[in-house]
Amino acid sequence: MLDVKLYNSPVRPTWCPGCGDFGILNAVKQALAELEIWPHEVVFVSGIGCGSKLPDYIHANGFTTLHGRALPVAQGIKLANPSLHVIAVTGDGDGYGIGGNHFLHALRRNPDITHIVEDNMVYGLTKGQTSPTSPKGWVSTTTPDGSIERAVNPLALALAGGATFVARGFSGNPKHLAKIIARAIRHKGYALVDVLQPCVIFNRVNTYDWYRERVYLLDDEPGYDPSHFEAAWEKAHEWHDRIPLGVLYETTDQPSYEEQVPALKDGPVATRPLLPLPDHEAEQLLAEFR
Amino acid sequence: MGTSELTLKLAGEAGQGVESSGAGFARALHRAGLHVFTWSDYMSRIRGGHNAFAIRVSREHPVAAPSDRVQLLLAFDEASIDEHTAEMDPSGAVLLDEPLARAAERAERSGSGARVWLAPFSRLAEEAGGSKVMANTVALGMAAALMGVGLETIEEVIRENFGSKKGGAVADANVKVARAGFEYAQATWGGQFPWKIGPAARNGRKAILINGNQALGLGALAGGCRFIAAYPMTPASSLYEWLTAHADRHGLVSKQAEDEIAAILMAIGASYAGARAMTSTSGGGFSLMVEALGLAGMAEVPVVIVDAQRPGPSTGMPTRTGQGDLLFAIHASQGEFPRIVLAPGSQEECFEVGARAFNLAEKYQCPVIVLTDGFLANSYKTSPEAAFAPTRVVIDRGETLQSEDGAKLDGPYARYKVTPSGISPRALPGLPWSVHLASSDEHTELGHFEDEDPDNRKEQAAKRMRKLESARAEMRPPERYGPDDAELTLVGWGSSRGAIQEAVDVLAAEGVRANALHFVDVWPFAAAAVEAVQRARYLVVVEGNLTGQFARLIRAETGRKADEVITRDDGRPITPGYILTRLEGLKVHAGREAV
Repeated sequence: MLDVKLYNSPVRPTWCPGCGDFGILNAVKQALAELEIWPHEVVFVSGIGCGSKLPDYIHANGFTTLHGRALPVAQGIKLANPSLHVIAVTGDGDGYGIGGNHFLHALRRNPDITHIVEDNMVYGLTKGQTSPTSPKGWVSTTTPDGSIERAVNPLALALAGGATFVARGFSGNPKHLAKIIARAIRHKGYALVDVLQPCVIFNRVNTYDWYRERVYLLDDEPGYDPSHFEAAWEKAHEWHDRIPLGVLYETTDQPSYEEQVPALKDGPVATRPLLPLPDHEAEQLLAEFR
Repeated sequence: MGTSELTLKLAGEAGQGVESSGAGFARALHRAGLHVFTWSDYMSRIRGGHNAFAIRVSREHPVAAPSDRVQLLLAFDEASIDEHTAEMDPSGAVLLDEPLARAAERAERSGSGARVWLAPFSRLAEEAGGSKVMANTVALGMAAALMGVGLETIEEVIRENFGSKKGGAVADANVKVARAGFEYAQATWGGQFPWKIGPAARNGRKAILINGNQALGLGALAGGCRFIAAYPMTPASSLYEWLTAHADRHGLVSKQAEDEIAAILMAIGASYAGARAMTSTSGGGFSLMVEALGLAGMAEVPVVIVDAQRPGPSTGMPTRTGQGDLLFAIHASQGEFPRIVLAPGSQEECFEVGARAFNLAEKYQCPVIVLTDGFLANSYKTSPEAAFAPTRVVIDRGETLQSEDGAKLDGPYARYKVTPSGISPRALPGLPWSVHLASSDEHTELGHFEDEDPDNRKEQAAKRMRKLESARAEMRPPERYGPDDAELTLVGWGSSRGAIQEAVDVLAAEGVRANALHFVDVWPFAAAAVEAVQRARYLVVVEGNLTGQFARLIRAETGRKADEVITRDDGRPITPGYILTRLEGLKVHAGREAV
């Protein structure tokens, strides 16, 4: 196990006191330390939003990209250098709203990346508007009469889209979250970790206490088998009174996207030396046009 | 009797194989030692509609522009007659399939003067043991006979194209059918076609026949491209497809993305990780990429973006050509950051730019936009092989740090270190002595988010922009064609190169001292280009858009207002004849009005 301090950034987070993102940051560091991944071996790719500031707050490679755009950047990095651990960090608006299309396509590709979604069911950084995971009837500055749309169910969507690893964590239980994240990083393929993350300013409903009264660990559920799709599908729809935490679904029967790319058979393209084409290759290319 | 050059055109409905058999015939003519230049005109549909593929063939001189007159038209449908008889040379000939007799009468009445010959394309195809779909092969056999080009090279290309399909039976049938057409034409029209070009001796000159997209792809491959992500869009798709076909063998990752937004972002991700990365699209796709263009600018990630232009706005004219994206490419995205824009004007320049774009992108750690267009992308040209030597390409990664560079650091690695050149040494992620923190937000030297400190902002913004000034010194001035002291200077950029240079030749033959300035490096405006433009006595800018965008750029960068601007925005390529006609209209034909 590495020292967690290894990942300390010189920058102090600008998150509000009590923000659920602190728990996620701690859990991520814990997971890396446990897996003995050095800062230079991992890249955090984020979008835009409170949680997407995370690469700034951890000493590791990082790339803060654009609102909703972390997943394609993350996939590009992984495709160029599969030896790097790639962890995408987005919010719920970021990941399921503006980035919805990228999410959908990442699911069916199964790139070997970990996707942590800081899901507070509200837009925090832009000050409290409705998010794709806000429940129907949610009142905000952009839905003063209550949201008419139903909420996205990220776990069900991920399962339906072909995700090979689907988990839910709670930032109020960082120890458990760290374990899930570590398992997600170890998983060969796309791993979604949706994290219930209270926004202490703009979400006065889904508070720490609200969650604590409802969450339970799937590990404590007798006979729960995460390799069972039907069981996972059922758990993905459990909400309101009982909210399951843990790995809902994991399958290892699908190869990762990168494993199937012929150009990567000889190692990462990013680190291969760049040399002029050898004579015989050049000759063969030109012959095509003679 | 012989001729030094001619143009033949294949025209018909989409689905009749106009494009593919045209390209095959062009290769056969190229193999016969002739200089070939092709361009195509097709509609945005899979079946039906009107398509044309033109081949300009020359014995002695390389050709690099479309001609304005057609000597031999192979017409596969009635519409071809209506579309193309106006272009016919009076001494030329139109060959059309027998069942189109009504159209033949119309063609004869059109007054072009060209001979109209009913030809049994489909009948012969069937009689020779093939099927009706081989009508175009019959037509090509006939064309070969009329042009005096032997059948051997055509047979060779047929065998290459059809390969061992159905055990070579398809190739055999096509060869037979071509021969039937050849023999019929010789017997029927023998000496009546005055444009007999015959094969030519290449005398050891090694040449290839390549189109703009292939040349760009070849250049990219030679330049170390290791990653392409794209979303299909005409006329850029064939570049992406060519690279994909060679991806596995050359260690290049090719990814079809869910949209153009993802395509450029994947390329940016791959480049951040250290792979030379590109994306290719047309203007509509580039519009979607603009947000990510800004990300590459702010995060200082090298990326090559090919915009094969077609007329806009919006979906515009998908299969036509134009040069309407210049100012958009230069200004796209909010805020200010450096980018480089290159516009190759020939197949040779496509190759050269395809490789150089990566060097510039990595050296200046910024996006490089390559502007081609539908015309150049699809045009094949006989080109000297020496101009495409992949082994001669020099790869320059600029200030990309290696693992041994870590020892030189005296503090934590600063991705955005403020330097006099504006270029901050780039450590790729994965080096044990550094972490690489990149950011779309304004950031400190270390890459940390910083939007409060105005001094930091000023330093970082100025640092980024200094790269543009460093690049400006490296940008190449326009290439001058023609005499130094001309009365008339034609200025162009990108794909109009061949047409403009040919116009200069025609003017010279008429006794007009004209020259041309051809720009490849269009942004930043080369420091060395200013003088070249200011020296022009009478400056005429020629470009494929409505409003004269390059003329505006020249005025902004040099203060020199163009005396005239010749524009074309009907979706068709600029031809020498188009330029010359417009010059007459402008009454500056001899440049005399100017002086």
